[in-house]
Amino acid sequence: MRFLVRRLGFLLVALWAALTVNFFIPRLMPGNPAEAMMARFHGHINPASLNALKVAFGVNTHESLIHAYFSYINNTAHGRLGISLLDFPLPVSTVIMKALPWSLGLVGITTILGFLLGTTIGAIAAWRRGGVLDSVLPPVFIVVSAFPYFWIGLLAVWLFALTLGWFPLLGGYNETTAPALTWGFVGDILDHSVLPAMTILITAIGGWILTMRNNMITVVAEDYVKMARAKGLKPRRILWQYAGRNALLPNLTGFAMSLGFVISGAILVEYVFNYPGVGFMLLQAVESEDYPLMQSLFLLITVAVLVAIFLSDIATAILDPRTRSSG
Amino acid sequence: MKILSMVGRTLVRALRFLRRDKKAMVGAIIIFLLALISAFPSWFLPHDPAAEIYQPGAGVSWNHLLGTTSFGQDVFSQVIAGTRESFLIAMIVGALTTIVSVVIGLTAAYSGGLIDDGLSLLTDVVLVIPTFPLIIVITAYVKNASFWMLIFVLVFTGWSYGARQLRVQALSLRNRDYLLAARARGESGFYIVFVELLPPMTSLIVANFLSSALYAVLAASGLQFVGLGNINDQSWGTMLYWAQNNEALATGLPLWALAPGVAIAILGSGLALLNYAFDEVANPALRPVRSRLKVKATAA
Repeated sequence: MRFLVRRLGFLLVALWAALTVNFFIPRLMPGNPAEAMMARFHGHINPASLNALKVAFGVNTHESLIHAYFSYINNTAHGRLGISLLDFPLPVSTVIMKALPWSLGLVGITTILGFLLGTTIGAIAAWRRGGVLDSVLPPVFIVVSAFPYFWIGLLAVWLFALTLGWFPLLGGYNETTAPALTWGFVGDILDHSVLPAMTILITAIGGWILTMRNNMITVVAEDYVKMARAKGLKPRRILWQYAGRNALLPNLTGFAMSLGFVISGAILVEYVFNYPGVGFMLLQAVESEDYPLMQSLFLLITVAVLVAIFLSDIATAILDPRTRSSG
Repeated sequence: MKILSMVGRTLVRALRFLRRDKKAMVGAIIIFLLALISAFPSWFLPHDPAAEIYQPGAGVSWNHLLGTTSFGQDVFSQVIAGTRESFLIAMIVGALTTIVSVVIGLTAAYSGGLIDDGLSLLTDVVLVIPTFPLIIVITAYVKNASFWMLIFVLVFTGWSYGARQLRVQALSLRNRDYLLAARARGESGFYIVFVELLPPMTSLIVANFLSSALYAVLAASGLQFVGLGNINDQSWGTMLYWAQNNEALATGLPLWALAPGVAIAILGSGLALLNYAFDEVANPALRPVRSRLKVKATAA
């Protein structure tokens, strides 16, 4: 329990740090770029909203920095994120909600799938030491991991969408049809998600395979695995129940660190495919200098990563009794 | 003199290591070639990379090994000319990030107490805040981030993983007898850190340099690809930007968009192969089964 309380405490500290960074970045930039944006807002939105924006970006306010800081945190905590310029005059939160399901679907599913597939393949590769998987996979994925995520996406666009015409080129669904809850529309969404999903999967899976393989190699040499063999247990049972479970633990912690990479890659993959998710929206916000939307998206991505890390902490606590007993 | 002989010995050991390990050998050759191209691009340039004087959108030919862009520039020459910036970003960010990681990781481990707690918390927080979105936000305000701005942002956001690893290893070394002995002899903190503590950590530090360099190449090219770098720079990332903005893929000029990506991957593979080989040195259990047997046989 103490482990989880400590991890929860860390989650809050990290969250606060992200908020603080978010608050100070626009203020530290030379010649406050937000001021130019504010000029465009003038006369278009009601004074109260404009004031909230001014507070968020520190433009022309007579407030002290500390006061502005606390009202910013208060506004953010209550979901008052400002008005979007990209989708004027909708509140940022409404605009984000349009993109969120797409990213959760695409990046969420591919991340979990990549983790499951990668750890399974890595475990088997280490189990059959010197076998085909074990000798071919590491060099292949070392090279794959050196390709930029988005480049794999470009290759997929060129090969499977433009040249072979197997999959649609861009977007999350066919925009000539109205979104509806029919089988045809669901199929259309799946059709559009195949290429971006495969791109993320191919680039993310290598890391899981390599780390799981390396953990597994260390674990297989442990005494309790030898003991299990000596007892004459079935190899399959030793692989999954004895070695696999223990090799998985460091990988779960590693989940926290690699998640950032997956999200980063996914942003660019969404951009390549014009996939209507959070990452594509972030870059659109950058392009149209929609700073409220951009900063809220950064916060959202950070929160998503922190929550995922906390979930992996809970999973670690459940799977590994040592974390529960030790502080 | 002592330092010279130390450097010499390290070089000899590195060469021996390269001869034995095929992955490391390939990695080292790639890095060496790219360093050569970055240092003397004119030796390898068939055409002026910026000149827009050739037939636009030409296919592959002897004169244009990778065709031309829709502006009429030679793609192969652009790839060659772009090598320097991408290579320099990798090396400089790799080196600076490693220095920051070493300083923070070792200070935390060596000081202990409150300083350690504070630095460790800072490290962990920077580690979990998603780096790339943060870089995007920063460069969005900066607009057309210059070469040095890119380097600053990448170092600023990239040091945490290494600092954490180095702290852990330094902690495990801290109470070894030879370090306690150095302290008992009354050696200065500077001496203890640089002469006693750092040398056994070399392989981890090198691995750190390589993975930061790889990360820098990929992140910088991603930023340049979406137009957040200086779009007038000569680099692989900006090549991708121009190719994407002129719909190179859809207009039948796939090589324009694909060649710089392959170049990035070649540099990345070089770094990753060396890194992987270093992993196998630090943890012998990871070495391929067959070569382990060979080593045993020659030892017997």
